[in-house]
Amino acid sequence: MEATIFIDGNEAVGWGALAADCDAFFGYPITPQNNITEWFAKEYPKRGKVFVQTSSESASINWLYGGASVGKRVITSTSSPGWALMQETLSHMANTEVPCVIVLVQRGGPGQGTTRHAQMDYSCVTTGGGQGGYKNIVLAPYSSQETYELLQIAFHLADKYINPVIVLSDGIIGTTMEQVVLKKLKFEQLPEKDWALRGKGKQKDKKRRVLSSAQGLFPTPRNPTFLALQKTLSKKYLRIINDEVRYETYNLDDADLVLVAYGYAARVSIEAMWWARNIGLKVGMIRPITVWPFPYSKIKEQKEKRRRILVVEDSLGQIFVDVMMACGYQSEIEMVSCFDRHEPMEGGVIYPEKVLEKIRELIDV
Amino acid sequence: MPVNRELIAGTPAVKINIPVPLSFCQGCQHGSATRAIWESINDLNLEERLIWVGGVTCGTVSAFISDLDAIGPVPHGRAPDIASAMRRVSDQDTVIITYQGDGDAIAIGTESLIQAAARAERITVFMVNNANYGTTGGQMAPTTIIGQKTTTSPSGRGENQEGFPINAAELVAGLRGTAYSARGSLTSPTNYIRTKKYIKRAFQKQLDNKGFSFVEILSACPPNWAMKPVDCLKWIDSNLTEQYPLGEFKNVDIL
Repeated sequence: MEATIFIDGNEAVGWGALAADCDAFFGYPITPQNNITEWFAKEYPKRGKVFVQTSSESASINWLYGGASVGKRVITSTSSPGWALMQETLSHMANTEVPCVIVLVQRGGPGQGTTRHAQMDYSCVTTGGGQGGYKNIVLAPYSSQETYELLQIAFHLADKYINPVIVLSDGIIGTTMEQVVLKKLKFEQLPEKDWALRGKGKQKDKKRRVLSSAQGLFPTPRNPTFLALQKTLSKKYLRIINDEVRYETYNLDDADLVLVAYGYAARVSIEAMWWARNIGLKVGMIRPITVWPFPYSKIKEQKEKRRRILVVEDSLGQIFVDVMMACGYQSEIEMVSCFDRHEPMEGGVIYPEKVLEKIRELIDV
Repeated sequence: MPVNRELIAGTPAVKINIPVPLSFCQGCQHGSATRAIWESINDLNLEERLIWVGGVTCGTVSAFISDLDAIGPVPHGRAPDIASAMRRVSDQDTVIITYQGDGDAIAIGTESLIQAAARAERITVFMVNNANYGTTGGQMAPTTIIGQKTTTSPSGRGENQEGFPINAAELVAGLRGTAYSARGSLTSPTNYIRTKKYIKRAFQKQLDNKGFSFVEILSACPPNWAMKPVDCLKWIDSNLTEQYPLGEFKNVDIL
């Protein structure tokens, strides 16, 4: 039987990485994710694994680059300003095609912003973030349990597509304590990392390996030309879009209104959905689990069935743009946003009451 | 009679050809600096277990023409972070080096270099110092000396405007985690041999698990200095070594 423990979403990151046999954590303190870094500092060395506190987030991501290049499973975690500092090297990793997992516990922005929850990094995470037009696979957990499981999936996808994977959490998911069942997920066997650097004497064929984030400037065995690299990336991204879209649906069969939300806004929305059902309002919900690739067709289907769409997110409207792309630019889409927080300072939260209020405004006639 | 250098010196065993035209500028010393490192790798039999991390520099080409496991160019300035991570998760007998320029190592990469040295990271950093940003066409670097003209210090580096150059080898030597720090040049066979000796000592510190090791190599950049190659060598000997004296600044076995 699996053990059940009582932890918050941040600690679930650690347990998930451990279940995925992640070799090393490299990170730098930043609120509200400090207990992730502290978890690894406490739990990793005693298990013979590697923990290093780096000198900045720019350093963290380069430690990931180094660790990934020698074929190890590596992870870092950060919050919004630290995420911004990582973009250059993340782009290098996309070019080089090496895997890594980054946990982003979002806080309010822009700038120094707040030190607490928000959902304001969605756009830059899902569209790449750094220079040169690449894609991160982005997984968005809505509970400690799901954080634990998505961490395992993240490492698998990173290795499968040799691509960075981002786990997009937020200050509320990260600090909410819940029961987590420690269940190790099973995955298909992946090929060995034959491309990793080891010292050529340790390569199976005794031949050198070369990795570069300037594929195109210099020829590599993977991609001899610049356009070969673009083709490789494009093919990979299309494969991910085809095969890896994940989402959960609730009460869609007879819905008049469909909520769309991820992360903590999804927790709030589920609550509001059941309250609405209790008073006879036909409300359903789609919760994207991968926000890139995004479940466009599932959402488009709702619009085609002439259902009202209500996006709930703690920002000015970022996942909103993806929903609009799914439904069509001219579509009427409603939103509950950061303006619907219960108070104006950093502690403000979107409560289910506010979502229900909006639902009633739209379909309770 | 014309001198065939290849015949005199031979081709280093680790050099390979890749199918793109590569050429350093005439009189550039990245080739010599790379060669000194290659020969040291050969002498110490490190080819089979070495990982070469190429920074952003003209000399990053070396990562591609070495018959060694290599990565490069890595993000500007960040080679010591990458090498450090490799150190922490690779087999302990793996030898990890970075090959960086002066702008790479001591401007944008200052944090990365200093922190790796302070952590006593068991890696070796080679910093080729040509007192300007060569790859981008000769702009001022943190190593540009007072009075030296570059495209971004057109009237010469002034102490009141641009401030003073950084002596990386001495700076790194000042950190407790550094086991070895030296500066060499390649202006004569004697200096080449002396620099190679520094390179081997730096490797040895890593092999013996003593701490961080660092070698700065002064290098000519004729097109950007607007001098003939032979005048570049003279300028290194007379002007550059005045700011950047040659020698060992630290050589310890106990940190």
